[in-house]
Amino acid sequence: MEVGQMQRQWVDYTKSLFLEGFLDGQFLQLQQLQDESNPDFVVEVVSLFFEDSEKLLNDLTRALEQPTVDFKRVDAHVHQFKGSSSSIGAQRVKNACIAFRNFCEEKNTEGCVRCVQQVKHEYYLVKSKLETLFALEQQIMAAGGSIPMLELNF
Amino acid sequence: MSKEETRRRIKEIGLVLMGGKTKMQRHHPVAVRLNEQIGAKKGYTFVQAHRAWFPKLFFLWVVVMLLLGWLTYSYMDADNKVRRVEVLGSMCDQRARMLQDQFSVSVNHVHALAILVSTFHYYKNPSAIDQETFAEYTARTAFERPLLSGVAYAQRVLDSDREKFENQHGWTIKTMGKEPSPNRDEYAPVIFSQETVSYIESLDMMSGEEDRENILRARATGKAVLTSPFRLLGSHHLGVVLTFPVYKSKLPPNPTVEQRIQAAVGYLGGAFDIESLVENLLGQLAGNQAIQVYVYDVTNTSDPLIMYGHQYQDGDTSLLHESKLDFGDPYRKHQMICRYHQRAPTSWTAINTAFLFCVIGFLVGYILYGAAMHIVKVEDDFREMEELKVRAEAADVAKSQFLATVSHEIRTPMNGILGMLALLLDTALSSTQMDYARTAQACGKALITLINEVLDRAKIDAGKLELEEVPFGIRSILDDVLSLFSEKSRNKGIELAVFVSDKVPDIFMGDPGRFRQIITNLVGNSIKFTERGHIFVKVHLAEPSKVMINGKSETYLNGGSDEGVLTSDGHQFKTLSGCEAANDWNSWDKFKHLVSDEEYRADVVEASEQVTLMVSVEDTGIGIPLAAQERVFMPFMQADSSTSRHYGGTGIGLSISKCLVELMGGQIKFVSLPRVGSTFSFTANFRRCKKNAFSDMKKPNPEDLPSSFRGLRAIVVDGKLVRAAVTKYHLKRLGILVEVASSIKMAVASCGRNGAAASGKSIQPDIVLVEKDSWISGEEHDLNVQKLDWKQNGHAFKLPKMILLATNNLSQAESDKVRAAGFADTVIMKPLRASMVAACLQEVLGIGKKRQPGRVVPNGSNVLQSLLCGKKILVVDDNLVNRRVAAGALKKFGANVECVDSGKAALALLQLPHNFDACFMDIQMPEMDGFEATRRIRQMESKANVETNGGFEALARRGDWHLPVLAMTADVIHATYDECLKCGMDGYVSKPFEEENLYQAVAKFFKT
Repeated sequence: MEVGQMQRQWVDYTKSLFLEGFLDGQFLQLQQLQDESNPDFVVEVVSLFFEDSEKLLNDLTRALEQPTVDFKRVDAHVHQFKGSSSSIGAQRVKNACIAFRNFCEEKNTEGCVRCVQQVKHEYYLVKSKLETLFALEQQIMAAGGSIPMLELNF
Repeated sequence: MSKEETRRRIKEIGLVLMGGKTKMQRHHPVAVRLNEQIGAKKGYTFVQAHRAWFPKLFFLWVVVMLLLGWLTYSYMDADNKVRRVEVLGSMCDQRARMLQDQFSVSVNHVHALAILVSTFHYYKNPSAIDQETFAEYTARTAFERPLLSGVAYAQRVLDSDREKFENQHGWTIKTMGKEPSPNRDEYAPVIFSQETVSYIESLDMMSGEEDRENILRARATGKAVLTSPFRLLGSHHLGVVLTFPVYKSKLPPNPTVEQRIQAAVGYLGGAFDIESLVENLLGQLAGNQAIQVYVYDVTNTSDPLIMYGHQYQDGDTSLLHESKLDFGDPYRKHQMICRYHQRAPTSWTAINTAFLFCVIGFLVGYILYGAAMHIVKVEDDFREMEELKVRAEAADVAKSQFLATVSHEIRTPMNGILGMLALLLDTALSSTQMDYARTAQACGKALITLINEVLDRAKIDAGKLELEEVPFGIRSILDDVLSLFSEKSRNKGIELAVFVSDKVPDIFMGDPGRFRQIITNLVGNSIKFTERGHIFVKVHLAEPSKVMINGKSETYLNGGSDEGVLTSDGHQFKTLSGCEAANDWNSWDKFKHLVSDEEYRADVVEASEQVTLMVSVEDTGIGIPLAAQERVFMPFMQADSSTSRHYGGTGIGLSISKCLVELMGGQIKFVSLPRVGSTFSFTANFRRCKKNAFSDMKKPNPEDLPSSFRGLRAIVVDGKLVRAAVTKYHLKRLGILVEVASSIKMAVASCGRNGAAASGKSIQPDIVLVEKDSWISGEEHDLNVQKLDWKQNGHAFKLPKMILLATNNLSQAESDKVRAAGFADTVIMKPLRASMVAACLQEVLGIGKKRQPGRVVPNGSNVLQSLLCGKKILVVDDNLVNRRVAAGALKKFGANVECVDSGKAALALLQLPHNFDACFMDIQMPEMDGFEATRRIRQMESKANVETNGGFEALARRGDWHLPVLAMTADVIHATYDECLKCGMDGYVSKPFEEENLYQAVAKFFKT
């Protein structure tokens, strides 16, 4: 595939991620933080996010499987999850976390379980999207191109 | 407007937005409470509950009242009637009795006559009575028998004796019809008669049916008997005939009827003229007119014969009274019937009483009914009002909510727009694109400003605006405002200057944001309306009485000359720029007084708790038309409608400023002359900050100016004294000793003099600041010469640095000229700000930190870069991703970042002494949260500070441990912010990091 085409594809894809609400401005900020001195910053942070999230999701699932749910703990986990997702701009995950925390406050186990599913769903969705994005970037890089600056006019 | 400003705006908007949110939440309980109130008030009152009954009750009442009235009437009327009946009865009885009495008197007398006849006619022989005697006697005793029209005596003549009798008397017996009587068993011819009835002499009484019967009955009973009433002979009156028997011989004690008949010799009769009789009788009595009297013979009960009475029956037939009459004849019964002539008169008293009773009752009922209806109506109205009130309040709440929501809804996307525009402007754009983007940004900012203003106004209207009470320094705020407008003023070529009197404390408690808002608004207005001249912001302590008195006296003293100054056209006014101002408060004459005055009273006001500032903003703009001056402070009012077209703005700013000033306990007023300028001045009260209160807040002290210039000497060359004073003020803040010279020549001279006078001490100025006007006004050629002079003076082992102060950007030609003239060192662009001056001086003098002072206006990431470059920053966050992002962001700007994942780890790293310049602290962390960690850090620091300060004075500088700690938090609400400040944090940045946000927070601590 031609580099230019891939770049266009990348741009379109990124745009679609924003348009569909998977990502928000924070991801842009993140991309801006990436420069020559720190070329893999975004990937690095996002990988961290993935690791962190897997762990948190596991913890969450386990915590909710307990016969008596410790909502404080669950809330702490969700808070963490919310923090990291908002840090990378995973908007839909963040929103799901916000809803989740409301159920935590209400100590609504059923709602929490539903939310875990929701959060998981969103998380895997954004994960796959981001992985696709990174794969695309790698292809571009491999083809010797550079990641284009994203137009900010969406 | 600068980008920095944009970012600040965005930040502020965010804050207000959060405020709006909380406000909105606060509204709900209010609304709920209102509804509860309504619920409680909906309980019907008694009156309300029975409202439908009122008309019925009223009707019932009226009926009852009518009934009662009727009863009253009947009662009273019945009473009347009873009385009437009684009266009638008594009158009737009285009449009957009288009649009866009179009658019996007459009867008795006739009886006496009968005895007289029997005695003198029969026992005497020859008879003692003849017709003449009888007539004489009866006529003379007629008064005894008022009821009798006359009496006559008829002798009993048997048929056998007729001839003898007729012969004896010389006339034949005649019948009633005055004809010779036919033969009968016996006759009763009248032999004696009273004169009144003499026409019946010789008539046979037995020939009349009535008389005959009477005679027979009389001689059988021996008593007086009466005929039934009949028309009397010779008169038309009704009458009865009374007949008495006359017996010849004495009768045995209990004679039988047979004996009586045998013994009877004659009959005495009298005619009662009942009619005239009764009439006479009644005439004697009172009340004659009132009643009608009837006398009946009721012997035959089925056919009563009337004896007296009018036949026409027009009297009151309903009421009559019967009285028995006993005329002494047991065989005949009589009675008297009385009735009233007229019907019972209507009883007006009764009617009136009843009527009044009804009326009163009706009125009372009506009043009660009216009252009840009124209550109902009032309650209805009340309920309606209540409902309306509730609705109005609900509408108000809805309005507030709507406002909050809408502003929120508008701000959020606006923030995005502005933020993105800011980012866009950072990217490589073509100049056209740049222009478009800038325009878009400017519009967006204007919109945000408008929204903010409207929201402010709404908040003030709702009384929900509360002023903060935090320590702040007015000088830095004014510098900030100045920097905001510096570009505009420079472009317009307007001189923009700030002067804060020395007496104004560095720090006091108040609301810096709102203070800044007022100043910004006033200065903004001034900038908008000023095309030439100056804008001068002056702050001093308000001691109204004294200053005003001074001002007054000054006016009087200089009155004459001032006039001259004002009228002479070419003359320069002694104001900041030499242009005429609306009033002379800020002209040098006043100004110098003020300055000296304040110096004079150095520590008079130190003691008071309140600081009242007097701030004036003077411009030389177009002024406000006299007609419009009254409504300057009214919201949405501008001087005229063309203003908004020409200059933009909504006209809401001044009204907000007025409200804010009033909230600060001050007053705002202005003086304005059209085409000359306006001076707005306001007072505001602030609380003096206690010394120890801000000791631990030393670092955010806004007067965080480099101290490396302390003790330097400078000469300011400026022909305009006010402007020179402003320059002097800024330099003084840097600790530079300043002298003012009105021209370069004078400056040189003074230096020389100083040098000459105290040659050994070498008091040379380190810096010479020359105002561009003063330089350009014709002395440029001298400059080099003078510089040479300076050199030759021998003391100049160190040449003073020459600095030019310029109002607007220099053209290329000008800057060449400047360079040529020896101002190689630098040009300071006005408006002056202490920090900027300091930066320039640093560059010129090469002292202080290495810093790039080139850009006066900080610009986006470059500034951040310069702020953060080389700084060692600790990031504390338990979230790995967050930590990484924060570190990344900070690293990008050249900071040296270290990360830890808990408050404890941070504390371990921050054990004193450490070399961190700042710390970003997550608030919500397990084990030890950000607040707690900060508290501990502050504890450590204050302990260390006390130790070092106590121990070694010399090390005091180093002992000021205060690590700026910035909270990182996702929810930027005021409560959190307050909490942050409470536990000793210096500020916060919202997570996730954003450049402008970061800049905002960081700029406070790392000033250039």
